[in-house]
Amino acid sequence: MPLSARLTWLLLAPALAVLLLVFVLPLGWFLVSSLLELGTWPEITEQVAEVLGSRAMRQSLLATAEIGLATTLLVLLIGYPLAYGMLKAGRGGFRAIIACVLLPYFTSVIVRTYAWMVLLGRTGVINQILQELGITSLPLQLMYNRTAVVVGMTYVLLPYMVLTLFGAMRGVDPRLLQAAAGMGASGPRIFLRVFLPLTLHGVFAGVLLVFILAIGFFITPALMGAPEDMMAGMLIERQVELANNWPVAAIMSIILLVVTLSIYALYSRFADLRKAIVA
Amino acid sequence: MSRLGIAFVALICLILLGPILVVVIVSFSGDAYLAFPPTRLSLQWYERFLSDSRWSSALVNSLETAAMCCVMSTALGFLSGYAFLRGRLAFRTVLMSLMLLPLIVPSIVTAISVYFLSVHLGLIGSRIWLAVTHTVVALPVVLILAQSVLQGVDPVLERAAMVHGCNRWGVLRRVVLPMAAPGIVSAALFAFLASFDEVVISLFVTGVKSQTLPVRIWNSLTLELEPTIAAVSTLLIAVTVLVLLADLGIRRGRDPAK
Amino acid sequence: MTAGAVALEGVTKRYAGQVVVDNMSIAIAPGEFFTLLGPSGSGKTTTLSMIAGFTVPDAGVVRLGGADMTHAAPRDRALGMVFQNYAIFPHLNVFENVAFPLRARNAPAAMVNPRVAEALAMVRLSGMEKRHARQLSGGQQQRVALARAIAAQPGIVLMDEPLGALDKNLRYHMQTEIKDIQRRLGMTVIFVTHDQEEAMNMSDRIAIMDGGRLVQVGPPREVYERPNSAFAGRFLGEANMIAGVAEGAMLRTPDGVSFTAANARKGPSLLFVRPEKLVLKRDPAPPAPGENSITGVVCRSAFLGNVIRTELLLASSEVLTIDAGNGAGASLLAPGTPATATWAAAESRLLEA
Repeated sequence: MPLSARLTWLLLAPALAVLLLVFVLPLGWFLVSSLLELGTWPEITEQVAEVLGSRAMRQSLLATAEIGLATTLLVLLIGYPLAYGMLKAGRGGFRAIIACVLLPYFTSVIVRTYAWMVLLGRTGVINQILQELGITSLPLQLMYNRTAVVVGMTYVLLPYMVLTLFGAMRGVDPRLLQAAAGMGASGPRIFLRVFLPLTLHGVFAGVLLVFILAIGFFITPALMGAPEDMMAGMLIERQVELANNWPVAAIMSIILLVVTLSIYALYSRFADLRKAIVA
Repeated sequence: MSRLGIAFVALICLILLGPILVVVIVSFSGDAYLAFPPTRLSLQWYERFLSDSRWSSALVNSLETAAMCCVMSTALGFLSGYAFLRGRLAFRTVLMSLMLLPLIVPSIVTAISVYFLSVHLGLIGSRIWLAVTHTVVALPVVLILAQSVLQGVDPVLERAAMVHGCNRWGVLRRVVLPMAAPGIVSAALFAFLASFDEVVISLFVTGVKSQTLPVRIWNSLTLELEPTIAAVSTLLIAVTVLVLLADLGIRRGRDPAK
Repeated sequence: MTAGAVALEGVTKRYAGQVVVDNMSIAIAPGEFFTLLGPSGSGKTTTLSMIAGFTVPDAGVVRLGGADMTHAAPRDRALGMVFQNYAIFPHLNVFENVAFPLRARNAPAAMVNPRVAEALAMVRLSGMEKRHARQLSGGQQQRVALARAIAAQPGIVLMDEPLGALDKNLRYHMQTEIKDIQRRLGMTVIFVTHDQEEAMNMSDRIAIMDGGRLVQVGPPREVYERPNSAFAGRFLGEANMIAGVAEGAMLRTPDGVSFTAANARKGPSLLFVRPEKLVLKRDPAPPAPGENSITGVVCRSAFLGNVIRTELLLASSEVLTIDAGNGAGASLLAPGTPATATWAAAESRLLEA
């Protein structure tokens, strides 16, 4: 016997109120009022076009796309074998791997980024080891470049991919693989012709999810990246914090939102976010 | 799995765990600067952390904020989770997507929006307000956990309670809540963690007096890599480990019953 | 004269445009054991659900003790209920499960203990108060569910296939116990089942349902021996149906054989007779007055324990089933043996084809 419509809305009301008042409303308000700062309608369109055409904007969008793609690709290349390992490992092995995935997953992003800064810094662990081993005499500049950002982001986003892929792999009926083997297919052939196609939806879901999260990243690129190699999130922050230029921040936010929500809509067609977030 | 495969998985696991372990080890260093491995061990960075009022007040702020956020998001998340599961609801999928949206919208966009609102309302620096803004991101996590826990409560039990004298509130109080209690505790822990670890929104909404630990870490990081941060990070990692262990314990306690 | 314990008046329920319960009316007397019997999808569970208040009918009135309760909440209907898989609260022990209806209605503490003790004694579970649901066997869970249903001493108890999950022996035993408790407490029971033996063993009256409609309502023996339709006849047990055309109490088959029935009809009909009413003879003898008889060839004869079942192939290529007790002298017949089946005309009924 379902709850009455009135009671249902009553139960939902507090959560919806918080969401609308503290999330949806401020988001809309910020975007609309920032754009309205630009003046009348023709002025707004003119200015928006100018901002979109600006070098900083184009560079930032390009950097966001490139870093997002590189990170997603790297996460997939590492995540797929790791998820496969989880599937094939025994009970003990599985527990060890899942612990290694979940601990970073639930650790604060700032701590995870700090950890990589400790490793990659000028006086960081890797430089110390390299110098001690006599491989280099002077500390290498390992941080404040794009590689460091991609490495840091890969580290932060890997668990999302692994958990998504593992979910898809666990759904593959092992009898199908036995059947393929029974029909004489070789190991690599079974993998390529049976297992991979059956887990491809997981690959798509993981790729879309990681890409969405990657292009919206802020903490890791802000701390580990080169100042001139600015991702979208950093550009938004700088425009608000330093330049007090709300309209540019709003325009970039809108672009980011449109891309993110479009990909999320695609993602939702064949995957459930609820299953990716909680192990 | 081939040996090569095992080696690869082991390497990745090492890379996953390594950075966190390095931070934990460095935090116990007795050296004056960040040396790895430390030449001697001490608790000096922890002492510095606890004696520095900026750090200790950040800890208090973090705990208070996370506790408030935990209470709010757990209550709201469970009520709405129950509504989604048992309710007669138009636009169910649209509403669910809306509820999950804070997980997808880039945190910097959320943070700037909330900042914009907070400035206009003069709420920058308010700890309760900070907890409310954290609730926006903790709520979807609780909602997801709540749904999976509530799915474990057989609707027939709710009918049995109703026919034997309960109204809706009675069903919730006498059957649903006690049965879901372990899951609620789990969800509350993750809500606490979500707030305790939150950085981006906090960066914008906290004032000088309401700074949380992650914000203090951020501010220090932009200046130098002082090892005190390692001690604070270790504390945050320890909280994560505790939450995960507690959740594991709760799951273990719950499953054999079934 | 009396208002009756439960009454449905023209109750109808549709789901997604499909009629699940169609214009159903029944009146159940206080203290009656009333069974809704039907195949799955016949609407019996939905009917029970509307009496319990989980489902609101689209049309019609549900009366409890004479009062219109169509839209009342389940808790306001003062019912007890036993569910299909018992629905024992897993977070409560036996005592608290049975005390639930009392606590939920805020009964005074002094009342809870004696009522629970009484209910547990009734189902013979005294001493099990501290056990948890998962420590109980299926039969014990069943008893806890029963005790919970009667703890608040409701006048009416609903039972939704309560014995479906038990094995056959335990099932029969519980049937007797439930019937016994019902008599002792004088409560009205509405019982849903798809098991016809269970229905006949327990009920004062049986309502046979099919496709959301009541097919026939009556005491077990009446419904068994005088079904009003082929569906009712087949659903309550093995039935022989011979097709033909009726004229008054006579049925003439296409082969030209005539039978006499206890009732009259006109037009295409079926002659119904239960297998145990037939007597099989090897020597063809002319039928005695008031008897029907037909000759055929034995095609199968089997020993089923308490009966010997013989299948007789008729010239019309219909097959008659004959059940005979396995008393002294009973024997199996070899296939191919010609034999004649006879039965009293009063035992056969003409039904709509």
